[in-house]
Amino acid sequence: MSDTATSEHPEPATGAAGEHSDADHDEGHAHPSDWAYAKIAIVLAVITALEVFTYFETVLDWGVALVPSLIFMMVVKFYLVATWFMHLRFDSKLFGRMFTAGLTLAVGVYLVTLTVFEFWV
Amino acid sequence: MSAEPLVADHGHAADEDGHDEHATTTGLSHTKLAMWVFLGSECLLFGGLISTYLLYKTRGNGRTLPTDVFDIPFTSVSSFVLLMSSLTMVLALSAVSRGEDEAGRTWLLATALLGGIFIGGQVYEFTTFVREGVAFTTNPASSAFFTLTGFHGVHVSLGIVMLMSLFVASVKGKLTQRNAETVEIVGLYWHFVDIVWIFIFTVIYLIPAD
Repeated sequence: MSDTATSEHPEPATGAAGEHSDADHDEGHAHPSDWAYAKIAIVLAVITALEVFTYFETVLDWGVALVPSLIFMMVVKFYLVATWFMHLRFDSKLFGRMFTAGLTLAVGVYLVTLTVFEFWV
Repeated sequence: MSAEPLVADHGHAADEDGHDEHATTTGLSHTKLAMWVFLGSECLLFGGLISTYLLYKTRGNGRTLPTDVFDIPFTSVSSFVLLMSSLTMVLALSAVSRGEDEAGRTWLLATALLGGIFIGGQVYEFTTFVREGVAFTTNPASSAFFTLTGFHGVHVSLGIVMLMSLFVASVKGKLTQRNAETVEIVGLYWHFVDIVWIFIFTVIYLIPAD
């Protein structure tokens, strides 16, 4: 695998509006090397192994820490895939905002729904 | 517009007349922006399906629940396979962006193959569940479970179709460094499907039902 940066973005084209903030146009970064992606995949694999390990409670009793630990590991995996593999870390923040808007709306709506249906009781 | 060829996002270039076909009012790819908006809306679809399963997961009507027949070691392997397909997908994009078409084709094919293994595992899981008395209409819990995982499976299957389309386009010489953004957009969809499974695997399979 190549260990060099894969692609570089140019200065963003300025359109009719032409006054977008730099924060919205940070496409000038090089994308990570293949080895960097492989390292992220290794971290994801280790976290997945740890998640599966929690299933075998006879090995280690996680007790009340089980659910928070699983949710924490899930969020870390989610974050790593979104930021590295989906390039949110390197692309324009506008892409991230579009996705986060949908995600936040979904989480909000369904947390309320679960609460209304007394899921937590 | 400069006559100098513009090297844009993942190797996009201006055409022979010097027109940058990807120049937009925002300076960003509208296609990519549309995919991100679509993925944001998909969060609502899967959020609804996951919430429905969580509300119904203990409603067995006196019959076997999906949680009674879960095979966690088997599903763990499937999850690992799908997770690793995200790596091959990003390596495909990386290769195509560098102009390494053959490597790009190899990684695209590897991604489709890993997706196919995941779908094969899901078909095996579904048939095992049915043999063990948990079918789509057995109880509200099984209906919610099959709807959720089935919808995800359909998304993975559509992703495989897109990957194979990219592979065929590459073989025909229609997928090059110039239009690598197409690979990136299919990749976004593929990674999202992986992210959804990360959520399903933890919330549905690993967190105890009671």
